[in-house]
Amino acid sequence: MLILTCPYCGVSGEETEFHGGGEAHLKRFGPGASEADFESYLFHRENPKGVHFERWRHVNGCGKWFIAARDTATLQVFGTYPAQTTEPPQEIRDKITAARPGWRWRDFA
Amino acid sequence: MKRYSAFAIAREAARNHIGWGRAWAKRPPKKRYDVIIVGAGGHGLATAYYLGRNFGITNVAILEKGWLGGGNTGRNTTIIRSNYLQDPSAAIYEKARSLYETMSQDLNYNVMFSPRGLMMLAQTEHEVRGYERTAHANALQGVETEFISARRVKELCPIINIDGPRYPVLGALWQARGGTARHDAVAWGYARACSDMGMDILQQCEVTGVRQADGKVTGVDTTLGEIGCDKLGIVVAGHSGVLAGMAGFRLPIESVALQALVSEPIKPCMDVVVMANTVHGYMSQSDKGEMVIGGSADGYNNYTQRGSFHHLEHTVSALIETFPIMSRLKMLRQWGGIVDMTGDRSPILSATPLGNCFINCGWGTGGFKAIPGSGWGFAELMAKGQSPLCDAFGLNRFTEGRFVDESVAAGVAH
Repeated sequence: MLILTCPYCGVSGEETEFHGGGEAHLKRFGPGASEADFESYLFHRENPKGVHFERWRHVNGCGKWFIAARDTATLQVFGTYPAQTTEPPQEIRDKITAARPGWRWRDFA
Repeated sequence: MKRYSAFAIAREAARNHIGWGRAWAKRPPKKRYDVIIVGAGGHGLATAYYLGRNFGITNVAILEKGWLGGGNTGRNTTIIRSNYLQDPSAAIYEKARSLYETMSQDLNYNVMFSPRGLMMLAQTEHEVRGYERTAHANALQGVETEFISARRVKELCPIINIDGPRYPVLGALWQARGGTARHDAVAWGYARACSDMGMDILQQCEVTGVRQADGKVTGVDTTLGEIGCDKLGIVVAGHSGVLAGMAGFRLPIESVALQALVSEPIKPCMDVVVMANTVHGYMSQSDKGEMVIGGSADGYNNYTQRGSFHHLEHTVSALIETFPIMSRLKMLRQWGGIVDMTGDRSPILSATPLGNCFINCGWGTGGFKAIPGSGWGFAELMAKGQSPLCDAFGLNRFTEGRFVDESVAAGVAH
């Protein structure tokens, strides 16, 4: 059972209290973008076996969107942080580096 | 290869069964193959088999990081059907279903195909209209299905409660030649036939890198060393993203866990497959008597091959309403597989940005039923560069917005 802590209201809950929202830190492309960029924004998704950043919503709680850093192979949660940012805070990156040296994800922002 | 037959059983019975050979050979890898298939599950083995049988390409290796058929091929609920709405889906799934009909004879291996009939319950007015439409579409596609009444549902499957208080059964989409097969036997049968054609099945051989030169694949690095190839086929389901990452391209796929469970064995009580998509559960009875149950996929990216308990709870509580007699059954085992989900819930059988590398993935929650059709089409794609069965399932459909939208057609993941 996945246990997440909402960074807004501070409540820790089982995953039934939350709802996954897919890959975080997507860069949005709209009218005027190249076809490749638009396709990538709409459909291509990071699908790592390891460190992943994804959006979650505290549906049965405060209702806010936030971002979780999680390992998809072990379900270990490295931390959660508010969604109003384009990249994870240094503190969470350090935590991931300590647990998974050499981790990588796509470029942020 | 020694053929299996009634005569062989009698012969071996007379001499203490000392003459049964290995079903497939264990050989060290060669330096180079014409074709390497990554993934010895059903789809990978079927691809190799039809490469040999239909196109005479037998210098083939099938690489498997675990054991043969130990991924989703050994983890599904063994349901076979082809009652899809969209033409390209109906074509490939019906090809698969028709190949299942004669697979035991083709492979000389009993895959226990059991066309016991399959129904998808309509439990809302919306579903009634949807399935009537599918039945009409299937009639045009040459797939034999019909919409049946609630009374007929009760005749075919007496243990169903058709008067459920919340979701009464209003009818069903019935495919008389749908059913189940023994999932492991499908992988084993293909493996035996591939090995007999001289192909190498390399188990516990994990691909760790894809070697490239001039925009083409030249071989793969594996835990058994470097192996060269002229063409590479990636058929690794949930791990497609990992392999695509090694090859250097991205996929419109996310991997999630899908769970299934079986009950304790009970006397025969149900000789059809029942799917209830509104409440989201499906069930059949295995030859051992266990009720085999599946539900919906978990809600987040996951490679752990296990899932969340509340999904099982949801599935079982839904089924108890439709099958009240199940309420006191004990559940024996639960397991999970990692399924590769695309946005339109249709598979990808496609060339890739690397000219001689092909990918077969995205079967999501419904791959087992498609194994022979997928192998048939993908082998043709790899051998000739084009296949009518695969045309609609290219990666370019995401660039062009030309989806095969079965998620809308089925109303659920399927």
